[in-house]
Amino acid sequence: MARTTRTARNTGSAALAAAAALALTALTGCGAADMTRQASPYADAKGSRTVTLSVQSWVGAQANVAVAQYLLEHELGYRVDTVQIDEVPAWDALSQGRVDAILEDWGHPEQEKRYIDDKATIERGGDLGVTGHIGWFVPTYFAEEHPDVTDWKNLDKYAAEFRTAESGGKGQLLDGSPSYVTNDKALVKNLDLDYQVVFAGSEAAQITQIRQFAKEKKPFLSYWYKPQWLFEKVPMTEVELPAYEEGCDADPRKVACAYPHTPLQKFLNARFASGGGDAAAFLKKFRWTTEMQNDVALMIAEEKLTPREAAARWAKQNEATWRAWLPS
Amino acid sequence: MTATATPAPPGSKTTAPTTTTPPTDDGPGALRSLARHRGRLIGVCAVLALVAGWVLLGAGNWPAPLSVDLSGPLERTSDWIIDNRDGHPLFLYFFGHVSNIVVLSVRAVYLVLLALGWAGVTAAAALLAWRAAGVRLALTSLAAFSVCGLLGMWVPAMQTLALMVVAVAASVLLGGLLGLAAGLSDRMHRILRPVLDTMQVLPAFAYLLPVVLVFGIGVPAAVLATVVYAAPPMARLTALGLRDADAGVVEAATSLGATGRQLLLTARLPLARKELLLGVNQSIMMALGMAVIASVIGAGGLGDRVYQALASVDVGAALAAGVPIVLLAITLDRVTAAAGERIGEAPADRSGLRWALAALVTAAVAVGARLLDLLSWPDAWTVDIAGPVNGTVDWMTAHLYSGVPLVGGTADWAGHFTTWVLGPLRDGLQWLPWWTVLLTVGVLALLIGTWRTAATAVLAMAAIGVLGVWDPALDTLSQVLAAVTVTLLTGFALGVAAARSTRLGRALRPVLDVFQTMPQFVYLIPVVALFGVGRAPAAAAAVVYALPAVVRITAQGVRAVDPAALESARSMGATGWQQLLQVQLPLARPALLLAVNQGVVLVLAVVVIGGLVGGGALGYDAVFGLAQGDLATGLVAGAAIVCLGLMLDRVTQPTGRRDPTGKGA
Repeated sequence: MARTTRTARNTGSAALAAAAALALTALTGCGAADMTRQASPYADAKGSRTVTLSVQSWVGAQANVAVAQYLLEHELGYRVDTVQIDEVPAWDALSQGRVDAILEDWGHPEQEKRYIDDKATIERGGDLGVTGHIGWFVPTYFAEEHPDVTDWKNLDKYAAEFRTAESGGKGQLLDGSPSYVTNDKALVKNLDLDYQVVFAGSEAAQITQIRQFAKEKKPFLSYWYKPQWLFEKVPMTEVELPAYEEGCDADPRKVACAYPHTPLQKFLNARFASGGGDAAAFLKKFRWTTEMQNDVALMIAEEKLTPREAAARWAKQNEATWRAWLPS
Repeated sequence: MTATATPAPPGSKTTAPTTTTPPTDDGPGALRSLARHRGRLIGVCAVLALVAGWVLLGAGNWPAPLSVDLSGPLERTSDWIIDNRDGHPLFLYFFGHVSNIVVLSVRAVYLVLLALGWAGVTAAAALLAWRAAGVRLALTSLAAFSVCGLLGMWVPAMQTLALMVVAVAASVLLGGLLGLAAGLSDRMHRILRPVLDTMQVLPAFAYLLPVVLVFGIGVPAAVLATVVYAAPPMARLTALGLRDADAGVVEAATSLGATGRQLLLTARLPLARKELLLGVNQSIMMALGMAVIASVIGAGGLGDRVYQALASVDVGAALAAGVPIVLLAITLDRVTAAAGERIGEAPADRSGLRWALAALVTAAVAVGARLLDLLSWPDAWTVDIAGPVNGTVDWMTAHLYSGVPLVGGTADWAGHFTTWVLGPLRDGLQWLPWWTVLLTVGVLALLIGTWRTAATAVLAMAAIGVLGVWDPALDTLSQVLAAVTVTLLTGFALGVAAARSTRLGRALRPVLDVFQTMPQFVYLIPVVALFGVGRAPAAAAAVVYALPAVVRITAQGVRAVDPAALESARSMGATGWQQLLQVQLPLARPALLLAVNQGVVLVLAVVVIGGLVGGGALGYDAVFGLAQGDLATGLVAGAAIVCLGLMLDRVTQPTGRRDPTGKGA
């Protein structure tokens, strides 16, 4: 019985939406449209409360979203929409209200200034609990044979081993997605290394290539980051770059130091943060560890569970952890 | 960019009338010798220019003083838009409303689809196909929609469908209006033609960024980008239909005293019905091709599932979302094409009754499903194909990547291809003095086209230099040339074989359909797994995408050779090879040239996809711009890709020849 009333409401709202579309067409040019309230047309389709989360392309971010989605749906009764967007456009979408939250941000000072300080359309959502770090990595099987490769000063010695058809006569430094933060071109130049940066163009391509190399136990040098599930499958050792100091990466052209360690941050749409009720409260409290994120990420990427299944399995085993996130 | 709009999926489209003016060289002897003479003249001029250039300009890359750095102004524009988007009247009173209308319309369609439930939607689709195209296609469409459900993709499929309905409606409206203007006024026709030409070679990625900047991520931006992509074929075909209307009928109507509007409504539009419907068909195919590209800017639906599957390197899941796109595309294409063929036939008896029956059955099914609580596709009825597919891909990459006895692995081939073909080609092009590149482009365009096409080609190439991306553009060009060569060699061989063997032709058709409609994102991972990261997998992806069109056009051209000519050759005792080389191929020359042109344009369309697998150059820059919201990099790269497309199109375009069926076609 309850079911039929709900479907009746669906049809009603469809008709209503159609009528509203017509009315709005007629009104165009009269009222002002609010560009900061731009929800997805697929939201609230079943008359339920909807939260829209942005997913970035790496699996760690998928893991955060999968678990948040699972708990929002099963414990708090929300419907969750996810949209995959690159990092910078995600900030844009957040400020417009197209998504309600970003759960894992690796540091975008320019956007923070613009949207949080100047426009106040985005609010901080606190630490995710995971610390991120970018670096250069070689496979551990290679590092064990050649321990001195882990110092950047010795990299030139191995350039020939890292050579591929794509890198020409130089060694190949494999870089990833265009959406990631990278200083590698400047680093290679400023450290005067005999290397060519080859952009894989997407994380999927980079992972696929790394796994092909690993399968054949070939040496390779790659831009990579922690936390990342691939380390479980292809153990990699970091190459020491000149130590990071505050501000040494201020001028993108003069960078000659390692990448920092970044505590990853959550951000919420400002309107959602204050009016989002339980969902907003929950997302602010959401905070877990690198190991937990890796567990879920590995289930998604390696065991090929859907993010939903992976989240369900994790939630079953870690109830104590997530109970604390629920609004009391 | 998964555009399925190549001329031929189902036969009807290649027979679309073309605004062909006869190529200059098939006239009588005098004209022919003039043409030869012209070629020699161009050759002499070119040599003179070469010598003069060497003396006056010397060697070297595009000179810095001749380029303009647009990054400053573009960054300021981008900042202005972001800062004013929430408050400026332009956004509040115009773009905001456009955005809201799009959201509300998509939402309305989506809610209707959800309210019908899967049973209702499937029944409606099947019955619609039955009325429009017959029983066989009704079954096809029934199967297609069921597979969407079986693969667990019902909701995303409905989201994509809702977006498609709105985007196609807008494209048909906009394209129809433009086409109407161009069809009725010669001046509008002249003005619009170059605009549509340019839109035809625009890679979709190039205008995602500006659209996103104005509308933000999400459905409105996706719909508008789709409309830009899908409206041109509609405009072209509408104009064509109106212009080609039978003069006799029009005159008869005029003599009866019909006013301009009456003439349009009672004579010209009805006469153009076939073209109009073909335009709708093409718009649908283009729009579906855009479904996955648009997922990059948050369109949701099936494209988003493909895109998300990529993130976890899951080919199986990507395929599960890709297959419904392919099925929807093939079904919609066949149904609209069949409906187009039926136009003009006498309506069957009791046609109205059958329509009523169809509507009644749909309603009954929808209500029945609701009463039985079957609105959303039951989870138990889904099939998981991801596992087996991933198993297959893993096996392939484990066994083919390297170390295959005798032939080496795919990685070795890719390495050789990069070292021996792509590398030298790129270095050679980049080594050439800039003005010789312009000269070559001009001479090639002159030899095959007119002064005007040559001027366009040279200017387009020069614009690349002015934009300051000369080197990456030549890198991209080298990849395109290499991929086109492979495509043409394979495509001609397959096309000729398919034309000569009906059985092979029939076997190839579904394969070509799938390759043409499968979103390229699905095979991103397999190409990297087989060929490693770099320019070689980018070329492989381009070949896969462009091959079907080349095969189809070639086969069609060879098949269409006048049987009498073939017969007379046979009676003179020509062998099979002689028939092919001396009769069929020369007579099919126009078709082969069209195939070259299409191969080039389609390969270029995949350049951005190549950027995602390590192709670098302009493709990477375009993706980078979008990912980083960097208008200066992204827009310049996009503009350079457009210029490259224009140049290649003009250089390979036989005089006046234009396929009206749309871009990619």
